[in-house]
Amino acid sequence: MKILVSVKRVVDYNVKVRVKADNSGVDLANVKMSMNPFCEIAVEEAVRLKEKGVATEIVVVSVGPSTAQEQLRTALALGADRAILVESAEDLTSLAVAKLLKAVVDKEQPQLVILGKQAIDSDNNQTGQVLAALSGYGQGTFASKVEISGDSVAVTREIDGGAQTVSLKLPAIVTTDLRLNEPRYASLPNIMKAKKKPLEVLTPDALGVSTASTNKTVKVEAPAARSAGIKVKSVAELVEKLKNEAKVI
Amino acid sequence: MTILVIAEHDNKVLAPATLNTVAAAAKIGGDIHVLVAGQGAGAVAEAAAKIAGVSKVLNADNAAYAHQLPENVAPLVAELGAGYSHILAAATSNGKNILPRVAAQLDVDQISEIISVESADTFKRPIYAGNAIATVQSNAAVKVITVRATGFDPAAAEGGSAAVEAVSAAHDAGTSSFVGEELAKSDRPELTAAKIVVSGGRGMQNGDNFKHLYALADKLGAAVGASRAAVDAGFVPNDMQVGQTGKIVAPQLYIAVGISGAIQHLAGMKDSKVIVAINKDEEAPIFQVADYGLVADLFEAVPELEKLV
Repeated sequence: MKILVSVKRVVDYNVKVRVKADNSGVDLANVKMSMNPFCEIAVEEAVRLKEKGVATEIVVVSVGPSTAQEQLRTALALGADRAILVESAEDLTSLAVAKLLKAVVDKEQPQLVILGKQAIDSDNNQTGQVLAALSGYGQGTFASKVEISGDSVAVTREIDGGAQTVSLKLPAIVTTDLRLNEPRYASLPNIMKAKKKPLEVLTPDALGVSTASTNKTVKVEAPAARSAGIKVKSVAELVEKLKNEAKVI
Repeated sequence: MTILVIAEHDNKVLAPATLNTVAAAAKIGGDIHVLVAGQGAGAVAEAAAKIAGVSKVLNADNAAYAHQLPENVAPLVAELGAGYSHILAAATSNGKNILPRVAAQLDVDQISEIISVESADTFKRPIYAGNAIATVQSNAAVKVITVRATGFDPAAAEGGSAAVEAVSAAHDAGTSSFVGEELAKSDRPELTAAKIVVSGGRGMQNGDNFKHLYALADKLGAAVGASRAAVDAGFVPNDMQVGQTGKIVAPQLYIAVGISGAIQHLAGMKDSKVIVAINKDEEAPIFQVADYGLVADLFEAVPELEKLV
């Protein structure tokens, strides 16, 4: 079966971002960018399914700027067979991204689509669910285990109180949680080979998708800073402060 | 304006996060209706009817809604919700699972995890793991929003007397089915609602050592949380994880033990009123957000703390 994996180029998770002085957004100039950590887990899961003989082809797709080709090449180096970039310089909302992905799903007809559960920049946690709704497929969100058998997939999901397992008819949408797997690193020979793998570039216009949004970001601010704390010298002093100064115990 | 709030429940008990969501709805202003979608959840509907400020409860009782499968619940919410000005759900695993699907069906952009209501169409929400706060305005006919519970004080659970109305609409997409679930058992307060949270990280070294934290938590009536490092190392189950990818907490007192304080962990707890850090590394980033820091070996400090509180 064919698996479609969606990846996003985001600011690296180790970077502490700064809000721009004009409150128009965060400053991403000269900041290290990477593949969203949850997307790495999605690619890894697809590669494992191919290694098990379940998947025959892995197509990786990204919606983003032309520089997102770097992240697609990374996915190709990790084991994806070919890549599609839907190029858009704008900062698109989850709904717009999902509509573009739906157009790619219609074109490619994958049996399984794997996405990360959320991108660490917008923290929306929407795209997989929206794509599932637009395509009318079942959704296995926050997956910690994925097992394909015949024409269905059993997905174990991380929920607030523990874990839940659902069975979905294929084709289906799965979004990854952190514990689904441990992503591998790309080896140098594979990085070289990935440069020769096919990468197709499409545009929202070519896909006939409108990326208009009902939301507008008015401003972006830094969060309120916490006032500096103090270091106590002993447990006794800590207890005394908590009881008498902070009055929380 | 009429606002539809999706009740969070397990068919038996109304989850506290629903009260915070109703409080957010009250800040928007207008009539508040609550939808209980489930199976045999009459008691939940009764509880929802008693919440102060709620004027109507819709009870959709159907086997297809028993396990809150989004493929079945989202079409119900989209159908009922089309006539409302706002649809709100708590940003719990259920709310996050169902609501984007509702937004897609209504062809609007959802606003995730709001922490404040600026006006009926403008909301604040954290982005970049809480390192920036975005103010977002929506011009959608129906505004679809998930609410971060810690951003709003809960509405009173008693005092209301809303009418309960049965909803007969049945949606069964037939694309998904519930297989089973495994819930972690705990007698301690629920992590996201606890007044005090004691959390352990990689510094705990193993799962057995968490007994020191359990003992301290029991003395304080606290919940026990963990960093991702502690969960990944298998010390504790993943539903105890606090952070960007786990639970968001904002208790009166958060005690971080053996936790370095990575950005992703801070995203889940930095709105706590008082933060205490116990760590032997005085350079650990957690000390930059801690109100009270103690540089010490946790294996000596925690038992001593337990004795003294």
